[in-house]
Amino acid sequence: MAAAALREQLNALLSSMFSQGLVDEQFQQLQMLQDEGGTPGFVAEVVTLFSDDAERIIAEIATLLEQPIVNFDKVDAFVHQLKGSSASVGAQKVKFTCMQFRQFCQEKSRDGCLMALAVVRNDFYDLRNKFQTMLQLEQQIQAYDPKQQ
Amino acid sequence: MMLPDGPILVESIPGKIWSKSARDPAFHESPPVLSSHRSTIRGGRSISLPSSMAVATEAQFHVLAVDDSLPDRKLIERLLKTSSFQGTTRFSLLLAALLSQLLWGLASDGRFGSVCAVTAVDSGSKALEFLGLHDHEESPISDQLDVAVNLIITDYCMPGMTGYDLLKKIKESSYLRDIPVVIMSSDNIPSRINRCLEEGADEFLLKPVRLSDMSKLKPHILKSRCKEHYEQEQHLQSNSSCISRDSHKRKAADDEILPSTIRPRHC
Repeated sequence: MAAAALREQLNALLSSMFSQGLVDEQFQQLQMLQDEGGTPGFVAEVVTLFSDDAERIIAEIATLLEQPIVNFDKVDAFVHQLKGSSASVGAQKVKFTCMQFRQFCQEKSRDGCLMALAVVRNDFYDLRNKFQTMLQLEQQIQAYDPKQQ
Repeated sequence: MMLPDGPILVESIPGKIWSKSARDPAFHESPPVLSSHRSTIRGGRSISLPSSMAVATEAQFHVLAVDDSLPDRKLIERLLKTSSFQGTTRFSLLLAALLSQLLWGLASDGRFGSVCAVTAVDSGSKALEFLGLHDHEESPISDQLDVAVNLIITDYCMPGMTGYDLLKKIKESSYLRDIPVVIMSSDNIPSRINRCLEEGADEFLLKPVRLSDMSKLKPHILKSRCKEHYEQEQHLQSNSSCISRDSHKRKAADDEILPSTIRPRHC
């Protein structure tokens, strides 16, 4: 059945996300909250909010790093924010990258920050793509069996 | 309000009223989450009438969550609502029994069913506004005291007013200081934690917050709820001559409509 194949695809995706360290047990918490709370759209909502938030923060950091004189405290504050929200949704890789980023902020290294920003952006886009695929698969599966959460 | 077959528990927050009749224990939705606009919720009143029916009433808790991060607000709201505060400790059961068997009923299977209403705001100043306290005032105007909040849970790192600043303001207010305050932080800094606890925070949670952390909030909420009901009981007893101190007689007084001028609660 097509639904079974989709489900297999979804499980494989989630499995790889965990094994590659993209997400951690906090992400499992979100899934658990969705199941236990009987709130089917919860993970989708949080993941979307996180993605929007992260996109905004990355853009702000990029702008700050373009300035002739970089305000590293402000950059650090944004990175701290991103680290916090990624931890809350279980975006482990992004969280770790943020931790490294903060080091460069403390060293007040523009080059270091620019490099870290590129890595964060890359990791975030990768994660966001996988989240989007995950949500699409879930929707397709739901279409076959609306009762299934 | 009174129904022919018994009184009802009514909790009202302007704009959203839900009620539970003695026959229908289902609560309606919790109030909506306020994300980034000024709260206009005032005048939340809780008129608790004794129930003559042996149904499992559900206690209602109201938590104010403060966090500048929207994903985090969503998470804490869901955590609070999902946590049914199951498995009450013996102490809280005893406490509930001591206050009054009528304050809330326990489901026959012993589970403490509960509904947690959550108001989420994105800053300390909005939190104070919601609580009826403005920055330049030490104490709120009396008619702004009508918000019933059983717990305040706040992030530490927020622009403008930090969670610590908010905690201080709350503890400095004679109207708000009894509300338990929980601080959350993604940074594990012992000096920060100590500072908050010394200032009167009841609990400090490390982010990311998870479902298992919610059980740490339970004793504080229950204590606040018990105190709230106890104070209300005291007020009802002193104000109404129809209600005797004896619980059996109180049951017989179910037909009395309690005075509408219940003292506004400030917890």
